[in-house]
Amino acid sequence: MDSFLKIRGLKKYFGDNRVLDGIDLDVTAASVMTIIGKSGIGKSVLLKCIANLLQPEAGIIELDGQAISQSRRNAQIDAGVSFSYMFQNNALFDSLTAFENVALPLREASKLNKAEIQERVDEMLVHLELSDSADRYPGELSGGMKKRVALGRALITKPQVVLFDEPTTGLDPERKFSVFEMIADYRERFGFTALLVSHDIPEVFEISDQVAWLDEGQIKFFGKPEDLNTNAQSALSGFLSKANYGLKSSPLNGANE
Amino acid sequence: MGLQLYYTLVKFGAESALGTAVALSLIRELGPVLTALMVVGQAGSAMASELGIQRNDEQIDALQTMSIDPLGFLVGPRLVATLICFPILTAIFDLIGIFGGYLTGSVLLNVDSGVYWNRVFESVTWADVQGGYIKALVFGLLTISICAYRGYNTHRKASFPGVRGVSESATRAVVWSSVTVLAADYLITSFLM
Repeated sequence: MDSFLKIRGLKKYFGDNRVLDGIDLDVTAASVMTIIGKSGIGKSVLLKCIANLLQPEAGIIELDGQAISQSRRNAQIDAGVSFSYMFQNNALFDSLTAFENVALPLREASKLNKAEIQERVDEMLVHLELSDSADRYPGELSGGMKKRVALGRALITKPQVVLFDEPTTGLDPERKFSVFEMIADYRERFGFTALLVSHDIPEVFEISDQVAWLDEGQIKFFGKPEDLNTNAQSALSGFLSKANYGLKSSPLNGANE
Repeated sequence: MGLQLYYTLVKFGAESALGTAVALSLIRELGPVLTALMVVGQAGSAMASELGIQRNDEQIDALQTMSIDPLGFLVGPRLVATLICFPILTAIFDLIGIFGGYLTGSVLLNVDSGVYWNRVFESVTWADVQGGYIKALVFGLLTISICAYRGYNTHRKASFPGVRGVSESATRAVVWSSVTVLAADYLITSFLM
């Protein structure tokens, strides 16, 4: 299958620290790809380079055949490239209600009129089961509700690619599962391509079509989650076992049998 | 100020000039400068802290991912508000100061109230008022720029990230704004006089 998002030779340094040192990655359209790796290894940096929040030292990022890494954001918009980013800590605006937070990208960066925005945001809030909390501020919402507001804001523009930076951080197991379910559900509904950074192993593999393991600035493993059982390198096995992913006793293993 | 000026002027038998001294000092110098320093201390530090927190909380990055210009969205309205509020607050400061001079000089001490107000209206020209407003606008522009810059770039300029970075940005915003106001006051006065 052709890659929708293609990354070649991506390099990002912070001083002498070579955080990304030649990343090659292919993500197919409308799939969920999860990036795993140790904390501080550069997973979020990779997402921020893709989202153009950080300028890489070198490398090419192509979306649907169009190079985007060296262009400015406005040029991306002109080219019809549409990214959304769900931040680890939600990055909601405290002075805006849940409704206003979700509506923000439409109000400030689209040509939709007030009635159209109202209709689309209301529909999204219904999907997210947040209709009753539309007028509440982030400070009055629970952790799970904030995640849903952030998810709604990320999806309201119907983006082609959604980047999720540890979307389940700080949530209890039940909430984590529900956020993963929401991502899978919305991916099916809206058809976006998702790149997910997560430490929730093995739960995150249940919604992932592809997994990439980032280590020492490079992608050391890339494949389907079930391939982790057969192709795992010793270093990856070590990482997975520390992440409580028992290769022989995993739920995925059971599913594959 | 009214008290200090009265006791200084009375030594020269010139207490009738109290209205002139109070009005010109306030409108030309003290009104714009002290208003700017007070606004910097209250609103400038708050703005630098707020922008710093928004930077640390990735809200500014979030705006960029939504194709919203963060400077236009976060700083633009504050700049407009500052340019409206600074001259108004300066005018209020001047009026209250001049009325305070009247209370001190005429109600508490021995300056004739008719003489006081007559000197105020005689001495103050439109050029003085205009100069005060020019200062207020320039101070507003300078302080909002410095405070916004410090807060917006908290992640780049602060020696420490996180809460200490925000605190450092707010402190530097106030110090640099205050020094800049005083320096700009000298320069503008040099051009206006």
